[in-house]
Amino acid sequence: MSEADPRAVVIGASAGAVQALSEILPRLPADYPLPVLIVVHVPDSPSGLVTLFASKSAVAVREPEDKEPIVPATVYVAPPGYHLLVEPDRSIALSTDEPVLFSRPSIDVLFESAAESYGRGLVAVILTGANEDGARGAAAVHAAGGTVLVEDPAHAYAATMPSAALLRCPDAIVLSLDGIVDHLLNLGTS
Amino acid sequence: MSEAVRSESVEDIEIQLLLEALYRRYHYDFRHYARASIKRRLRQALEQLGFKNFSAMQQALLHGDTLVTRLLDYLTVQVSEMFRDPGYFRAVREKVLPHLRTYPSLKLWIAGCSQGEELYSFAIMLHEEGLLDRTLIYATDINPAALEAAQAGVYALDRLAAFTRNHQLAGGKSSLSDYYTTAYGRAVFDKALRAQVVFSDHSLVTDAVFAECQFVSCRNVMIYFDRQLQDRAVGLFRDSLSRRGFLGLGSKETLRFSAHADAFSEFVREEKIYQRRDG
Repeated sequence: MSEADPRAVVIGASAGAVQALSEILPRLPADYPLPVLIVVHVPDSPSGLVTLFASKSAVAVREPEDKEPIVPATVYVAPPGYHLLVEPDRSIALSTDEPVLFSRPSIDVLFESAAESYGRGLVAVILTGANEDGARGAAAVHAAGGTVLVEDPAHAYAATMPSAALLRCPDAIVLSLDGIVDHLLNLGTS
Repeated sequence: MSEAVRSESVEDIEIQLLLEALYRRYHYDFRHYARASIKRRLRQALEQLGFKNFSAMQQALLHGDTLVTRLLDYLTVQVSEMFRDPGYFRAVREKVLPHLRTYPSLKLWIAGCSQGEELYSFAIMLHEEGLLDRTLIYATDINPAALEAAQAGVYALDRLAAFTRNHQLAGGKSSLSDYYTTAYGRAVFDKALRAQVVFSDHSLVTDAVFAECQFVSCRNVMIYFDRQLQDRAVGLFRDSLSRRGFLGLGSKETLRFSAHADAFSEFVREEKIYQRRDG
């Protein structure tokens, strides 16, 4: 399996997300060649999360605004209370539609719309989490020809989310957090 | 041939045709809604209404009269909260109202009022500030059922805790419970709040300017539009606002990418409140 032409990375995480993302985002270089879109379920002060990661990371980390063009070397974190989607012209779209699986932002919503826009050029990552959001989205990414990476449930802080993703998407690549970072760092360096 | 054309799926074609049918048969124009969200909503409608595909749905839409109402609910209905994003209402109260207070009479337009949560929030705040009596409020939406709900001002009681918390965070000077009575698990808002509210069917997509206003609040409505349609709507707001009138948007909306960005200045940047420039 190869990503001949990776265009974007999407990441979904829930319980334990702050730790897991702390292992990943600070290791991305300032000129990381792809955009990264992230949905994290955090009940309180997710804006604080952006401030936290922005201060630790070389790559730009922020909450996007509606219809913003998606550009490389930028990590877009879904704003609290909004679904984050990708438009066909690869700009950001936000929505206040109802929560999906009790979640807004929803990982499924991001992954499914990104899969439609990026197809084979999408790399999706499911990290730790205590619910099943993202499983359906991971399957959509795979069906559209994209690559799915799943954090090894045996080592994840919460195994439910990665396990659910693997159930729906058995062809996903199972990796440790380190393995995921290595994989992401190798993208777009050919 | 561009990549977009090559990758157009049968479903994409069907969706385009369905939206075209909806427009030509019923004059509801969703053709320039942001594609990712409307696709999601349409798929949900497809699944729940039990159609095999969008072509079947289109057939039912064209040849019957009943589907359109139900489809409209899927495409438009938004559940909001009263005083959603309390910081916005606090900024309006503390920074915008001192300006508006100098006018002998005021016109406020809630564009895309849905079921009225934002409308009642404004009415309550204007009442607290002693301005409600001299304010005419236009509450518009394209969905007749939503307008009816807005006009009724009745909300499930279990939503009131969140409304009350928001109201306090927004700098509320009274108790929210002063404005509603409860019955059968519902909160019924005081009709005095809507004594000077004009409820009207108005589309930001197809209709024109109808009044000159000092304040337009249009929050989380244009996120469903593509850039072209956003430009149309913002143009409408510019033409509706009096000189130095105010435009309030949702917290993640921006005029940065708008064709009319130059017509406005940022008034309260972090709360997305803009002011129309002179001229």
